[in-house]
Amino acid sequence: MLVTSSPEVEKSSTDEKMTAPQILTGAEIFLESLVHEGVDTVFGYPGGALISLYDYIFKETRLRHLLVTHEQGGTHAADGYARATGKPGIVLVTSGPGATNTVTGIATAFMDSVPMVVFTGQVPSHMIGNDAFQEADILGITRPITKHSYLATNVDELADIIHKAFHIAVTGRPGPVLVDLPKDMLASKTAYFPATDVELRGYKPTVKGSFKQVRNAAKFLQGAKKPVVYVGGGAILSNAAEEVTEFARKLNAPVTMTLLGLGAFPETDDLSLGMLGMHGTWYANKAVDDCDLLIAVGARFDDRVTGNLEKFSPNSKKMQIDIDPSCIGKNVPVDLPIVGDVKSVLEELNPVVEKCDSDEWLQEIAQWKKDHPLRYAKNENVLKPQQVIEELSIATKGNAIIASDVGQHQMWIAQWYKFTQPRSHLSSGGLGTMGFGVPAALGAQVACPDRTVVGIVGDGGFQMTSMEIATAVRYSIPVKFVILNNGYLGMVRQWQELFFDKRYSNTHLNPSNPDFKKLAESYGAFALQVKTLDELRDAFDKMMAVTDRPVVLDVIVDQQEKVYPMIPANGSFENILEADV
Amino acid sequence: MKHTINLLVENNVGSLLRIAGMFSGRGFNIDSISVGASEEEGLSRMTIVTHGDDEIIEQINKQLNKCINVVKVFDLTGEAFVHRELALIKVQATPVERSEIMQIVEVFRAKIIDLSPTALTVEATGTEDKISAIISMLQPFGLKAVSRTGRIALKREFQGVTV
Repeated sequence: MLVTSSPEVEKSSTDEKMTAPQILTGAEIFLESLVHEGVDTVFGYPGGALISLYDYIFKETRLRHLLVTHEQGGTHAADGYARATGKPGIVLVTSGPGATNTVTGIATAFMDSVPMVVFTGQVPSHMIGNDAFQEADILGITRPITKHSYLATNVDELADIIHKAFHIAVTGRPGPVLVDLPKDMLASKTAYFPATDVELRGYKPTVKGSFKQVRNAAKFLQGAKKPVVYVGGGAILSNAAEEVTEFARKLNAPVTMTLLGLGAFPETDDLSLGMLGMHGTWYANKAVDDCDLLIAVGARFDDRVTGNLEKFSPNSKKMQIDIDPSCIGKNVPVDLPIVGDVKSVLEELNPVVEKCDSDEWLQEIAQWKKDHPLRYAKNENVLKPQQVIEELSIATKGNAIIASDVGQHQMWIAQWYKFTQPRSHLSSGGLGTMGFGVPAALGAQVACPDRTVVGIVGDGGFQMTSMEIATAVRYSIPVKFVILNNGYLGMVRQWQELFFDKRYSNTHLNPSNPDFKKLAESYGAFALQVKTLDELRDAFDKMMAVTDRPVVLDVIVDQQEKVYPMIPANGSFENILEADV
Repeated sequence: MKHTINLLVENNVGSLLRIAGMFSGRGFNIDSISVGASEEEGLSRMTIVTHGDDEIIEQINKQLNKCINVVKVFDLTGEAFVHRELALIKVQATPVERSEIMQIVEVFRAKIIDLSPTALTVEATGTEDKISAIISMLQPFGLKAVSRTGRIALKREFQGVTV
């Protein structure tokens, strides 16, 4: 009997073989878990605490590890990857300085609710707290800038922790999650079971809006004569561009967007008012000031939007849709709140929305657009930065992914590049991180190899992370960089000119700026310097033709140009300054 | 206004820091915070006494709910609830002074739990007012050390009844 192989016995022994768990090291479980979560790209930098893990990465073929040039660049690149795709950006760095270098990138992602999972190496468990070589309490350092964090000391819990980290990063209001990986844990072995269930008793985000509140909303919207839809980054995060567009059209209401909301509604549409706030359009700010109904969609009434809270949109009833209850009523009292995911709430609300009697209002707005357009004075002797953005918008047919850095150029992009698609404008809005633009563009290009990705940066911010050009060269990533070079920290200079009697304290960067063309070429990038409109158009043509390496255009622009309109900090619509043209 | 907030939190590394850090990072006040085991393994119960206007208190409750390892938040204010504080008070006491101190201790229904030729330690439980009262009564003898737990609180089972 024992030698006869009955089919049942054979089957069960195969089953046993298949279900017998693999005994793996923590490092292997880490990689298995990443593959299990669908990760295709990791932005990382090795070091002592992670040497054994990097030995497995050497042989790993299921996911791609990109060696960045600085850990901060790694986090911004992962951030750009996440903003462009909606998938979490993955960062892997070593302990101590590797970990502390991620802080700015994590804070940037946290402020803008970008899903990201940051894995940091850590000294062996028994040495934690001993001031060991390359030890930093990265959990402690990043606690206020992460959505959550874990110290994985027990290899048996690693797969589960990684699964939870991904779940927390991408669900609810997304955000960065940090997982600290002690060296000894990565070396110890256990049976690996892919984690599938998540049990987090303290974390149950409300996705679906309450049925009753959505019905109330439909009634609340009726009777408005001057509605405005105010769309924020939440609409992009929840992939709700289509629903937002349908909502605005059904309601017959104009749409204004925050810096992070750009792309949620096509700016080419007549209903678009462009961006609102400190450097928003005159007519967007006028409309918000004048409206009788303001509907905030995934927007949080940030101070760069509202200015003086007492005078912000004084005559309107307000409705707010947000997945984060703590964002509702935080700065501005709201008459009708709906807690939920923007997409899910609008899917419920759109079928019951009725058209507002807003034709007169739209006519009034059309007149404002004619009387107070965005404008700047062209000059034959020098390129205007706005002109460069307009030309780029034409050269890329408005279809590129544009990453910006922070400052004047960031506002000019928001004003002059006409975004028509979500996830195409990547900008550090909340934290306002200089140095974001170069690596974020790189990360977006890695995520979207088939799209044109342009990082537009100032000459100041460019130098904070320009070393990531080396990363782009290393992997033949054809990402484009346009430096709007005015030789100044332009936004601070603008404030100094307007509010500090032209005392340009520490904002002049020339003549110490390097020759950006030579700098880029030394990395192996294709580079040009541009001074005239003809050169610019020619350079854009050449730039678009390069497919095997990064491109850097050093575009010399007017030093004096200022961003207008401008509502000075804590001002209101009555304080708006317009371009003197 | 003063608020007493009761939390159930997962008993993980850093839970307390996450909550305390949220308060300091956002500029909220902590009058007292006390934490210990709850009825359920793996969960701690935390009692936080804070103050602020209605908007601040609403934000505090929402931000606490946002912490991933906070399982439940109950703001007890406006409900019927019981609360106590425990204090250990070490007082200088010569043999002559002892009987006077013991009378005070009796009035406050406290206990003497340690005694030496020069000092004694009183254990007192009650509301913050009562603890403050006994401390001020003992102060003239010379306080060597005071340790107070901060408020711990639970909601009353029968909301209509006050004792």
